[in-house]
Amino acid sequence: MAVRPARKLNERPAPMTPDPAAPGPAPRLQLRGITKRYPAVVANDHIDLTVGLGEIHALLGENGAGKSTLMKIVYGVTRPDEGVIVWEGRAVAIASPAEARKLGIGMVFQHFSLFETLTVAENIALAMDDKIKPALLVPRIREVSEKYGLPVDPDRLTHSMSVGERQRVEIVRCLLQSPRLLIMDEPTSVLTPQAVLKLFETLRRLSREGVSILYISHKLDEIRALCDTATVLRGGRLSGTAVPRDESNASLARLMVGSDLTACQLLPREPGEIELELINLSLTTRDPFGTQLRDLNLRVREGEIVGIAGVSGNGQKELLAALSGETLSDSAGMVRLCGQPAGRLDPAQRRGLGLGFVPEERLGRGAVPSMSLADNALLTGAASSSGTDMVRHGLLRKRATRAFARATIARFKVKCGSELSAASSLSGGNLQKFIVGREVRLAPKVMVVAQPTWGVDVGAALLIRQALIDLRDQGVALLVISEELDELFMICDRIAVINQGRLSPTLPSAELSIEQIGVLMAASHADETVTGEPVDVAV
Amino acid sequence: MNFEHLIPILVSTVAAATPLIYAALGELVTERAGVLNLGVEGMMLVGAVAAFAAGIASGSLVLAFVAGMLAATAVSLLFAFLTLSLQTNQVATGLALTLFGVGLSAFIGRGYAGMPIERVPRLDIPGISDLPVIGPLLLNYDALVYLSIALYFALSWFLNHSRAGLRLRATGESPTVAHAIGEPVIAIRYLAVMFGGAMAGIAGAYLSTALTPMWVEGMSAGRGWIALALVVFATWKPLRVMLGAYLFGGVTVMQLYAQGFGVDVPSEFLSMLPYAATIVVLVIICRDPKTILLNQPASLGKSFHPDA
Amino acid sequence: MSLSSQVLQALWPFRLEQRPVPSSLMRLASPLIAATAMALTGLIVFLILGEDPMTAFQVFFLKPLSTTYDLGELGLKATPLMLCALGLALGFRANVWNIGAEGQLTLGAIAGSGIALFWGEALGSLALPVMMIAGMLGGMAWAAIPAFLRSRFHTNEILVSLMLVYIAQQLLGYLVHGPWRDPDGNNFPQSKVFVENAILPMLVEGTRVTVAFIIGLLLAVASWVFSTQTFAGYRMLVAGLAPAAAAYAGFSERRNIWLALLIGGGMAGLAGISEVAGPIGLLQPVVSPGYGFAAIIVAFVGRLHPFGIVLASLLMSLLYLGGEAAQIDLQLPSSITGLFQGSLLFYLLAADLFITFRLRRVRRESRAVASAAS
Repeated sequence: MAVRPARKLNERPAPMTPDPAAPGPAPRLQLRGITKRYPAVVANDHIDLTVGLGEIHALLGENGAGKSTLMKIVYGVTRPDEGVIVWEGRAVAIASPAEARKLGIGMVFQHFSLFETLTVAENIALAMDDKIKPALLVPRIREVSEKYGLPVDPDRLTHSMSVGERQRVEIVRCLLQSPRLLIMDEPTSVLTPQAVLKLFETLRRLSREGVSILYISHKLDEIRALCDTATVLRGGRLSGTAVPRDESNASLARLMVGSDLTACQLLPREPGEIELELINLSLTTRDPFGTQLRDLNLRVREGEIVGIAGVSGNGQKELLAALSGETLSDSAGMVRLCGQPAGRLDPAQRRGLGLGFVPEERLGRGAVPSMSLADNALLTGAASSSGTDMVRHGLLRKRATRAFARATIARFKVKCGSELSAASSLSGGNLQKFIVGREVRLAPKVMVVAQPTWGVDVGAALLIRQALIDLRDQGVALLVISEELDELFMICDRIAVINQGRLSPTLPSAELSIEQIGVLMAASHADETVTGEPVDVAV
Repeated sequence: MNFEHLIPILVSTVAAATPLIYAALGELVTERAGVLNLGVEGMMLVGAVAAFAAGIASGSLVLAFVAGMLAATAVSLLFAFLTLSLQTNQVATGLALTLFGVGLSAFIGRGYAGMPIERVPRLDIPGISDLPVIGPLLLNYDALVYLSIALYFALSWFLNHSRAGLRLRATGESPTVAHAIGEPVIAIRYLAVMFGGAMAGIAGAYLSTALTPMWVEGMSAGRGWIALALVVFATWKPLRVMLGAYLFGGVTVMQLYAQGFGVDVPSEFLSMLPYAATIVVLVIICRDPKTILLNQPASLGKSFHPDA
Repeated sequence: MSLSSQVLQALWPFRLEQRPVPSSLMRLASPLIAATAMALTGLIVFLILGEDPMTAFQVFFLKPLSTTYDLGELGLKATPLMLCALGLALGFRANVWNIGAEGQLTLGAIAGSGIALFWGEALGSLALPVMMIAGMLGGMAWAAIPAFLRSRFHTNEILVSLMLVYIAQQLLGYLVHGPWRDPDGNNFPQSKVFVENAILPMLVEGTRVTVAFIIGLLLAVASWVFSTQTFAGYRMLVAGLAPAAAAYAGFSERRNIWLALLIGGGMAGLAGISEVAGPIGLLQPVVSPGYGFAAIIVAFVGRLHPFGIVLASLLMSLLYLGGEAAQIDLQLPSSITGLFQGSLLFYLLAADLFITFRLRRVRRESRAVASAAS
């Protein structure tokens, strides 16, 4: 078990200047005292980190710990306010991603790093520093993709590809530059469990060839399975270093969070009436890059939480819009809420029937960034069936609205100035607590929640999950869509998997294994026939 | 009506289309980089008056066009600075640029109203330009007409086959991604806005020295806005800009010839035609939102802040 | 770092940084900063034109405020600006970019004039109210076209509303040259003079400002109530600030577009009929010197806030009067007004940025890292 201060693994101080006489090769990358301040927070506070040759090094920390900022600094996207970067024994200033690539650093981003309307080859050509025509790159792309078992088609347009395929493109893009350090930012969040194992094989192979890998994650199992060493960040500071194989999940979590993790309790409970039902829901999307929903059937009863797992981009966004009413169904009977056909009702009307809804996107959808929390309470509070009395005769009743916001802040421990603080001034976790709190306090009969704890710190995540479980115990029907399997297993009575716009039957989570879910997540529906009846294995 | 009558109509169609081509191709490049500059009308007017003033002062048409380009580029830089360096709202700033351009050009042009200027000469290749039909139809325009066609070919190649064009498109699609892989997003956008300004300047100079060789306040008469509509109509593709511009040139010219052919409609209604046609064309192209979603640069009109 | 970005940084060694909290001081100060910057620009322009800047300044900005009649003129010209800007601002806040107020104003003038010319006498004391309503309906009808096209065909309202300005002007030209021309008017392209009871009463004896000014002020109050006290106003605000949040909450986008354009069109139409039934007194080929466009500037300078717009419309009106005075007294071109109006909006947009951002000098990275290393 490593304890602070953090330097334990690479004790030998790296030379400040190139020093050919130094014994042994210099480590690939050393960070010393890296500090980055933003107006509101110190994202990195004197961080030290050392990655050896061919080492797979984990950078561990919960959301908001400063991992991404640190990696952006190494890759030259952001510049540090203080500190030194030593690359293979030489102090360097990395002013741009191009310079990072020239040094031999490659990065696979977690989100948004491919251009949707360009082909794979064009995407790769753009990030290559030697100016090569996309067409001439094609054979090299094929060669690398075969060598490392990363199948990609150079001529395909990116927007037609799944998230997993896109990640392969990114890895191939990095490998074409023959990097000596590969940064992977939360690479497994978009993969099925089987694909994770494949990725690990590729990474181990690269490591054997001498490539160092900096692996950013908050998933403890993966880090213990893959990484040689780990640096742990907490709240922008270095909290320790460790050899993950010698640690337990609990000891790593303690380093990461600073306290022991407590789990949620899901006591068995008999579900009641069907409150939310999808019957043969099919939807063609207007979005040319969207997913078509095909024949979805689902029942959610009073007092149960049903989870929907799946790799992102398989129809979650479309399903959420069909549930909230932002997209109307072709016929009213495809979506039934509290016993009523609701497929043709708009979001406000569905809320009137008793629907609560927490969207994935917090700033800009769940809340208006520049408005106060009180005004944001009005966003859904006005249409709610629960009689909050925020609007009377078309006029705003600001006193009632503020009181509602204040009560929400107090009950869900939202850290903010007051109910008049702008939504954008809150941290992700606190804003999510406010939005979940608002929807919970509007007393829904059916609650749909997307990515309840995405990007939220551990404390807030615990509070949010408990709030959802409390709602279930009060007899509300809940549907949770999440990409975090661990979370679904923690809070759901039953789980279904969405894949290529189709929904699997729901299965009791107690009887499910991660492997089974993985099979469902990756199944191809090319030649499957459509089942007409909703299948409820649990009942 | 026989073919003899058609030739002058086609010839004036080409002339009327030429300023639209320059302005719309310029704006197309700006928009492909993700910047919506609604100031085309203002930049055209500034270009027109600068070219006219320089032409009068120097007696050189080449200098007139250079002045038109420089002046319009200068005001486009103002727009670029506000929207790119200061991240002001692109719609509001574009409107401001048009209002400013209208005011500035009227102010500069106050002494030039009613003055004559030498018209841009038509090419006259002895022997060839005199050929029947082909001569007047293909070989008797001013140099700017041929240059506009060359511009189209150059731009098509640039956008679809050059690395720089790829970088421009990438920036317009997602400045965040472009920034992450190390593209100088702001610099690329500056260049794109300035190119749009320079082309609007040529368009304006063409108005005041070739199409109607004189200066009149507000002489662009909405052509800058029509150019903006053309870019949408063209779904951001150069070839369709050309087709659209000639179509609009035709509509504009039709109103001049319609009465000559005995069409008994008040002239005001004929004058409405180009504007009404713009609306009709926009409706046709926007009817299916997928057409726009698939073709419009994804970041169009959105500010980009490298640190955010 | 690439060469181009190095050059860029050398030219502009600052970086924008978001303020932790938007500055409320800057919110109030930025229109004043913009007005001051515009005045300074004015001084420079006067210098370039070879005028004594102080005299020119006095003529341009102070003389139009010296007599009761002048103050009346100030209110007179502020009226259409105020009416148009109040409607536009409501739309801008809701992310509906109606920039065709000039056309809607023209249609308002046409519709109201139709009543005055054909039923003016018959309606008696009802003539004016009916004209006002007709004017509003005319403006609304014109604005309904972009509303319909955007909500039904996703057509950009900026371009459509603007094209309709040119069409409206041609329509007006047709009417005063053709069917509505005064037969006894020596062939002048204008209508008959409106009958007495179809002319708006003066507000103050000896000035030309009409009751429309008071209507404008009342509508400013109504607009304030609408946007801060009603749920309908709140919905429009959300639609402008975060369209996705409006969709999530179930606020209809279609209703938002229609409401914004109909209110904007109605107010512009009212401005139109107030002009022809006020200072003009008949229909002529030009009923507005670009009030509908200048109102865009008024809306922004007034912070899109009703009371701000009242003040901004007075400032803008002063620019019009100053331009006229400068033309008469100093033989300066009246187009100087347009120059001032345009630059005022530019300055405002630039100054506004500092409400949410602040500028910080960029430290050269290499130096920062080197000093940390030593």
